Amino acid sequence: MNGIEYSAPRTIDEAVGALVAAKGAGRILAGGTDLLVQMRAGFVKPGSIIVDIKKIAEMTTIEDKGGGSFKFGAAVSGMQLHDHPTFKKAWPGVLEAINLIGSKQIQGRASAGGNLCNASPAADSVPALVAAGAIVTVQGPKGRREVAVEKIPAGPGRMTLEPGEIVVSFTLPARPAGSSDAYLRLIPRTEMDIAVVGCGVNLTMKGGTCTAARVSLGAVAPTVLLVEAAGKALVGSKLDAEALEAAAAACRAVCKPIDDKRGTIVYRTKIAGVLCKRATTIAAQRAGKK
Amino acid sequence: MSKQKYKWVGTRPDRPDGADKVTGRARFGADFNMPGQLIGKVLRSPHAHARIKSIDTSAAEKLPGVKAVVTSKDFPEQPNLVVPAGEMQVNLRDITRNVMAREKVLYESHPVAAVAATTDSIASAALALIKVEYEVLPHVIDVAEAMKDGAPLLHDHLITEGVKPVPTKASNIAKRIDNLKGDIDAGFKQAEIVVERDYTTQPVHQGYIEPHACLASMAEDGQVQLWSTTQGHFQVRGFCSRLLNIETSQIRVTPTEIGGGFGGKTVVYLEPVAVILSKKSGKPVKMVMSRDEVFRASGPAPGGTVHVKIGAKKDGTIVAAECTIALQAGAFPGSPVAPACWTSFACYDIPNIKVVGYDVVSNRPKVAAYRAPGAPISAWGVESTVDILAQELRMDPIDLRLKNAAKKGTKTSYGPVFDTIGFVETLQAAKNSAHYKSKPKPGMARGVAAGFWFNVGADSSAAAHVAEDGTVTVISGNPDIGGSRASLALMAAEELGVDYSKVRPVIADTSSIGFNFVTGGSRVTFATGLAVVNSVRDMVRELKVRAAKTWGVDPEGVIWENGCAKPAGSNVGEFEPLSLAQLAATAGKTGGPINGHNQLNAQGAGPGFGVHIVDLAVDRDTGIVEIGRYTALQDVGTAIHPSYVEGQMQGGAVQGIGWALNEEYIYNAKGKLDNAGFLDYRMPVASDLPMIETIIVEVPNPHHPYGVRGVGEVPIVPPLATVGNAIARATGVRMTELPMSPPRVSAALDEATPRMAAE
Ligand SMILES: Cc1cc2nc3c(=O)[nH]c(=O)nc-3n(C[C@H](O)[C@H](O)[C@H](O)COP(=O)(O)OP(=O)(O)OC[C@H]3O[C@@H](n4cnc5c(N)ncnc54)[C@H](O)[C@@H]3O)c2cc1C
Repeated sequence: MNGIEYSAPRTIDEAVGALVAAKGAGRILAGGTDLLVQMRAGFVKPGSIIVDIKKIAEMTTIEDKGGGSFKFGAAVSGMQLHDHPTFKKAWPGVLEAINLIGSKQIQGRASAGGNLCNASPAADSVPALVAAGAIVTVQGPKGRREVAVEKIPAGPGRMTLEPGEIVVSFTLPARPAGSSDAYLRLIPRTEMDIAVVGCGVNLTMKGGTCTAARVSLGAVAPTVLLVEAAGKALVGSKLDAEALEAAAAACRAVCKPIDDKRGTIVYRTKIAGVLCKRATTIAAQRAGKK
Repeated sequence: MSKQKYKWVGTRPDRPDGADKVTGRARFGADFNMPGQLIGKVLRSPHAHARIKSIDTSAAEKLPGVKAVVTSKDFPEQPNLVVPAGEMQVNLRDITRNVMAREKVLYESHPVAAVAATTDSIASAALALIKVEYEVLPHVIDVAEAMKDGAPLLHDHLITEGVKPVPTKASNIAKRIDNLKGDIDAGFKQAEIVVERDYTTQPVHQGYIEPHACLASMAEDGQVQLWSTTQGHFQVRGFCSRLLNIETSQIRVTPTEIGGGFGGKTVVYLEPVAVILSKKSGKPVKMVMSRDEVFRASGPAPGGTVHVKIGAKKDGTIVAAECTIALQAGAFPGSPVAPACWTSFACYDIPNIKVVGYDVVSNRPKVAAYRAPGAPISAWGVESTVDILAQELRMDPIDLRLKNAAKKGTKTSYGPVFDTIGFVETLQAAKNSAHYKSKPKPGMARGVAAGFWFNVGADSSAAAHVAEDGTVTVISGNPDIGGSRASLALMAAEELGVDYSKVRPVIADTSSIGFNFVTGGSRVTFATGLAVVNSVRDMVRELKVRAAKTWGVDPEGVIWENGCAKPAGSNVGEFEPLSLAQLAATAGKTGGPINGHNQLNAQGAGPGFGVHIVDLAVDRDTGIVEIGRYTALQDVGTAIHPSYVEGQMQGGAVQGIGWALNEEYIYNAKGKLDNAGFLDYRMPVASDLPMIETIIVEVPNPHHPYGVRGVGEVPIVPPLATVGNAIARATGVRMTELPMSPPRVSAALDEATPRMAAE
């Protein structure tokens, strides 16, 4: 029986090269908290080529670009972001979403890149990144490109990445004063569970009025959704009960969930609205309701 | 209660097996290996219900590295004979079919063949080469569906027992049982208020952390060695002997340390298969289940339906009570419906009781015992209904229970009359507890419920040996699950009057001590404890003989006190006391080694009662229940080692809370389990719960020298209704279906909201 090959290139070019050479048998290894579990369960067949990206500087670096803008490598671990001196203040919602993944032990390894590329509709960091308006840098055999994060997932376990493409980094945009974000997920337990619904909200407040808002939902459709109608319902309002209910209704309207062991269609749809209201309220409080 | 003063009993020393367990030195089921061993694996049914038309193992047998392949043909047919297995009963004809399917597969993952190979991956590859031809049959999962006319039949021969006239047609109802006390119709005629409700529960798994594992070695001369993680190595020996036609004394079973069992390790799954594979291959065979196999093919506890009707006077006196319980047995008859029936109203002194139980088969794994088998299910129905009665009568729920509490002299619906029991004391302790006297925090509501378990006695053997230096070994034959080594050593130290550290308890294999019934039924500290106490007393009798010999006096003239032989009085003579060490040192001259033995069938197990209190909040938008404070109270007789008693109370409460809130088996339309893992089979995680507070009540059992009752099962009985009662008080909505998971609570609240608004 042939074994599994492992390589740890120092550059993205080498990593892409290794992936291309592997002809579909290559697997990127970031933190491994999904990949190793899948290997153990026998989903990754012998003959695979594991390309570890944690030795590549660009993929493990966090850069504060000022004005709230950040760029961080796809393999940066949750704990690295947690310990960063300025990230938490700038993007509390993105950070809380990433830090919800697993437990302390998992946080030492798990990355936002892995969370995105595992392509689960219930991935916790993705709705927060979508709400944040994160731009993903992708590199492949044809070079580099930039793409909105919500364009990456294509369905459960599927992505829009071309063969040989790797997610390199996430860029979070600069935001005006009075901006903040929040992420909430519902799980039946208090930890070690998969989101029944996840909701990220990113907004800007000026003089008590919401001037910009992006709302995103996880686990209610085959991919994480950007709910533009919910954002629109909030913009221009003082986030009164009526506006919150309109945003919640917009969230419920886009839900296309499934009935499964983790929740019913009725329940998931209802919770999408509940979490939208709650996350909006938290984000507004963080923004100082200015 | 006058409390006796003990030197060791009631203290909290480290457990004898503690250091090994916290350092990882302890060896559990999968930690045993032998030179040249093979790996055994089981091929399991992909169907919930199918006839096996043929099994072709030839390709698997030809695969290099495969040393044996077995199917049901390798297991002798068994008679239709019911034998005890832990707290449950099993039929030999059925159990051999559960170990290896014969004519039909009856649930998804039912074993159909097994292989032994030189490596794990060869064994897996061999399984894939076995060709099984199935004729898929319609299946039935739900108990109510299985009881209907025209439901798919699991067993063509199954005629309902316990009904007259005897039915002529087979059905899925294996048995009906009836308990009657008084005159139920006359009772309800006296009632001024009647409460009647229907409840359902889902199957739940025991959730032991350690999967089933064993290592079997059959030698050329027919002797079998077996290491197994089990609650009863004598049962493993007995089952292997019966199922494989091997003389019992040819089989030696050594119990490994055990990573939880909760009743689920009182039956056999892998062991007979491993022995047969070893016999066929001539090599030792090791088998370890995956978590997936554990969920799909072992345990669980049944789900069921409970109908309860209670009639009372306006002052709260319950005059009549009726209950009908139908439990899923799984693929073969034998759910714990009898104990579910017997325990249902055991907490209360009610003149007129009618209880009916049905044992129903369906296409799920055969149920196994789980902590107080059956009792949590009937208590869920009865204790919820009692709570509704308290609400309707505007009575304090503890006062209502006190008014009707069973006490010494109360005749149960199933026959026995209670001797000294501590339910009233436990209710009073609950009422006087700091928790109950406090006001629930804002947003929290309080629930209370009670629970009962018989506790059992049964067969135990024990021995005590004095070593040359006067230290002592206490030998028993029950795997230590809840700290029993510590409790046995404490009682032995107390009897002997020596330091706890001088007593080493060991658990002997089946060939090194006489028969012991399983670790189950909360029996070990009671029954095996009694055997240990008696064996130490036997040893003390011998020690007195030796002292008498040394002094040249009559043995009657010697007493044993504080670890020493002393003259009974000045008339015997003036002698310096002889210590255990001194007597041991001269044993060679006074008659050889000094040992004690005892074997018994322990009678007089003391019933246990528990009362639980919870404060919880319900998030009305999400249906999520947050447990804020939880207190478990229980009459334990005497807490020999209070820390392990508290551990049992806490563990039982947590498992019960999981049962109440999230745990369930979810089947898809094809009858396959959808949540065979800890991710989606939601047991509570540590962060879900506050520290469970415990209050130990001690009303000693008059039938045990130290008053032991048994502790491990009662605490899983009250939590289901405790949580449900608090949810009802928090929201105004009475949940009648378990689990009370967020989607269910949310749906129930949404359904009730317009109605509540209208009221
Ligand atoms: C105990 C436990 C708890 C968990 N809890 C949660 C939770 O609460 N919420 C949650 O969302 N997830 C959870 N997960 C899943 C997992 O931890 C996350 O998805 C995590 O973010 C994955 O990151 P990673 O770096 O470990 O990814 P890896 O396992 O290294 O990779 C995941 C997948 O993405 C691919 N990949 C990784 N990086 C890239 C890249 N840069 N470009 C292209 N492809 C790439 C890999 O090939 C692989 O297919 C949990 C996992 C475990 C084991």
